[in-house]
Amino acid sequence: MALLIGVPKETAAGEKRVATVPDVVGKLVKLGFAVAVQSGAGEAANFDDEAYRAAGAEIAASAADLWARSDIIFKVRPPTPEEVSLLREGATLIGFVWPAQNPELMQQLAAKKATVLAIDSLPRQLSRAQKMDALTSMAGVSGYRAVIEAANAFGRYFNGQITAAGKIAPAKVFIAGAGVAGLAAIGTAAGLGAIVRANDTRAEVADQVVSLGGEFVRVDYEEEGSGGGGYAKVMSEGFQQAQRQMYAEQARDADIIITTALIPGKPAPRLITAEMVRSMKPGSVIVDMAAEQGGNCELTEPGQAVVRHGVTIVGYTDLVSRLARQSSTLYSTNLLRVAEELCKAKDGVALVDMEDDAIRGLTVVKDGEITWPPPPLKLPAPKPQAKAAAMPPPAPKGHGAGEPMPAQSLAIVFGAGALAFLLVGLFAPVSFLAHFTVFVLACFIGYMVVWNVTPSLHTPLMSVTNAISSIIAIGALIQIAPPLADPGAVAERPTGLILGLAVLALALTAVNMFGGFAVTRRMLAMFRK
Amino acid sequence: MTSSLATVSYIGATILFILSLGGLSSPETARRGNLFGMVGMGLAVLATVLGPRVTPSGYAWIVGALVVGAAVGLYAAKTVQMTQMPELVALMHSLVGLAACLVGFASYVDTSTAFASEAEKSIHEIEIYLGIFIGAVTFSGSLIAFGKLSARIGGKPLLLPGRHWLNLIGLLLVIWFGREFLHAESVSAGMTALLVMTAVALLFGVHMVMAIGGADMPVVVSMLNSYSGWAAAATGFMLGNDLLIVVGALVGSSGAILSYIMCRAMNRNFVSVIAGGFGSGAKKPAAAAGEAQPQGEVVPISAVETAELLREARNVVIVPGYGMAVAQAQHMVREITEILRKKGVTVRFGIHPVAGRMPGHMNVLLAEAKVPYDIVFEMDEINADFPDTDVSMVIGANDIVNPAAQEDPTSPIAGMPVLEVWKARTSIVMKRSMASGYAGIDNPLFYKENNRMLFGDAKKMLEEVLVALNA
Repeated sequence: MALLIGVPKETAAGEKRVATVPDVVGKLVKLGFAVAVQSGAGEAANFDDEAYRAAGAEIAASAADLWARSDIIFKVRPPTPEEVSLLREGATLIGFVWPAQNPELMQQLAAKKATVLAIDSLPRQLSRAQKMDALTSMAGVSGYRAVIEAANAFGRYFNGQITAAGKIAPAKVFIAGAGVAGLAAIGTAAGLGAIVRANDTRAEVADQVVSLGGEFVRVDYEEEGSGGGGYAKVMSEGFQQAQRQMYAEQARDADIIITTALIPGKPAPRLITAEMVRSMKPGSVIVDMAAEQGGNCELTEPGQAVVRHGVTIVGYTDLVSRLARQSSTLYSTNLLRVAEELCKAKDGVALVDMEDDAIRGLTVVKDGEITWPPPPLKLPAPKPQAKAAAMPPPAPKGHGAGEPMPAQSLAIVFGAGALAFLLVGLFAPVSFLAHFTVFVLACFIGYMVVWNVTPSLHTPLMSVTNAISSIIAIGALIQIAPPLADPGAVAERPTGLILGLAVLALALTAVNMFGGFAVTRRMLAMFRK
Repeated sequence: MTSSLATVSYIGATILFILSLGGLSSPETARRGNLFGMVGMGLAVLATVLGPRVTPSGYAWIVGALVVGAAVGLYAAKTVQMTQMPELVALMHSLVGLAACLVGFASYVDTSTAFASEAEKSIHEIEIYLGIFIGAVTFSGSLIAFGKLSARIGGKPLLLPGRHWLNLIGLLLVIWFGREFLHAESVSAGMTALLVMTAVALLFGVHMVMAIGGADMPVVVSMLNSYSGWAAAATGFMLGNDLLIVVGALVGSSGAILSYIMCRAMNRNFVSVIAGGFGSGAKKPAAAAGEAQPQGEVVPISAVETAELLREARNVVIVPGYGMAVAQAQHMVREITEILRKKGVTVRFGIHPVAGRMPGHMNVLLAEAKVPYDIVFEMDEINADFPDTDVSMVIGANDIVNPAAQEDPTSPIAGMPVLEVWKARTSIVMKRSMASGYAGIDNPLFYKENNRMLFGDAKKMLEEVLVALNA
């Protein structure tokens, strides 16, 4: 029996998102679910009832009807007490819940014997969970929108231009906090042509900032600021001092400041003081994305755009809803992924598997029992440091440029060499030593020369050395018809056999000689710029 | 030509050979280097033939042998395909080894050589013995390498029980017969010992290369290259010819350095490669790896989507492997590269030192397909650039892009330097199936979140990508 997924119209003021878009309805139906959408649910995000119907959803006329019939509710905002009362006993709810901030809501849901999957409680550190990470996709949308709002309030171009009407300097954008929203803002602002600088207490995001076209500004103070779950932690007093100084400098210089600094469960850190706002150029813009948690700027008024000291301070808390169509699409895709995880058999039945790390983290109420907070994840111990210690980067390879041999092994090599030479010197006759000298020197020359060969030419090197080694032909040549001085020896000499062997050897080496050089030539002719 | 003149010519030839190797330091000078080599060889041969040690009665034989050999050699050089280069090189090494053996035997049966002292005679015999030994090992080893490279013999290492003992017994036999050989009263008595030793050496060469896995082929080929050099040097000692000694030493040390470079590129010890059997060592860790199964899912991608990714990328790095050679896909790769470059995409190639079956194999294939060599980089040059790369495309390579080498200390390839393709924004792996590479281990790269798999024959898939790019 296929379960019915219900998508009610969001009731929160200013909320324009909808939990499921028509595209996703079709995919849910394919998973085996039936889908009901409240009439007008997608209107604010420009999805009309007709589109939902076309995608295979039925349209429920009233909220009460929809809530009563649905087995699973897809929502965006946490449900209001009225909505909870509409929820059918034992039904499942998926959406934002914020269990830490809404303890009463949790009690109400538990009383309804509901199963609740809070998309905000997803264990984000699981790479498998990333496809369900609505916080990230929403943060990305709001980061983008923050730049658009800033551009809207800003009286100039973002990109520098040289026009017939004069030269226009590019806008300077400073972004505080390089989380998902911050990074999205960096990318968007850089894409518009602004000069983008960004700061974060977590030094490891510097590379990400640079990769999006921004410049990472460091605080001149040593401290590691990485907290759990991809958030930053509260920093020490000394660090904050240094940070304030850096922000003050950036405020004087920047045209636009976008702040995204959040610490989970705490009011947003005050990064931009009234003093800094005063120091900004008239016409500058601050977009405070942390307005809902009190704001990163002292003068932010949550939900409003105000002008203070000639600076527009945008404190909208509904940045995501201002891009409702996009954010709804992303959010509903995240929910679809959750549904896929719940319904692996594609038979329209949702199974909440508490053994699954990702699902366990999501589930905050299970059949009326509060299961939040989840037990800590048994993640494999973080490896990066250990890895760095265990495996030093491979020594820079190159033409003999490796690390010098340690003194001890060098001494051993020299010692062994000296001993070998001593033995040779003691026992070998003089005529041998002459050849031996040549041999040792030639080995050294070979060593020196070959280290200079570029790796791309290793194959030609092999074929050319191969060709050269057919110098062994000389050996065959002098055996073919040597001038014989001593007639006595000649008599015993098996001339025919030697001639046969030598001629055969010569023919073999000739194959090598001509073939080797020819093939090398052919290969080298192909190397071109 | 007098003896002095011949010697001076030899010195000239020696210098030309050194210049020839030196020329290979860059592609611009390499062609001249090859020319130096040819001139040096011509000079050496001419000086010998016209010198005091060859009488005119042998000219006909010499010309005949040279003409026959040259015809065969030039024909082979002309018709060989670039993907078959490793086989050709291996085959040629075997010729050098065989020639060294023949010259050794001829020198032994030649009773006309006079010795000043007993010690000199012994040394001469040791030289013959050693020369034939090295020659025989080179000969049989290269033949087996040829067989493996041309897939006439399976690539799996053949591991006889107690193979190290077999080798040791072989070595002891060689030493014992060496003693017999030195103490032999007559040529015919010594000949028995010499023939037995040759047989042992031949078996030794076969056994040695049979025990080495396909992935270690680059090391084997360069090692045999080195042996052929030492064989020439031993022959030089035997005949008292400095030119042979010098050239043999040059070739020998060149091959030794190449083997060393290849070993380091695989983070393997030279001795352990020679001891053979990479595949067998991997069995045990594979069981242990069960716990650390790669997390995540394998995401396939179509050729059309690949083309889209490539078109939208700014920076593309292509990592070719042996699979590209097998599928003969290098021309297709070049065409795609050209189209992308015309669209303003920066395309570069990253070559792992042991990609393919011979040192520098990939470079030669790309060069054959007319990929300009200044966009082809070695691993160390390009590894740092992967984080700035939009798309890294792996064509028929596996172990050389395996992140387990860095991330999993228990992996059999742990510590082997690899191309860090997974650091690119997206990596695409072109592969026939999910089968593991020569090292026989799973590749966590396939399960990475930013990795896509393009399954199918490399050439066919690239053709489809090309069509989609042109559309």
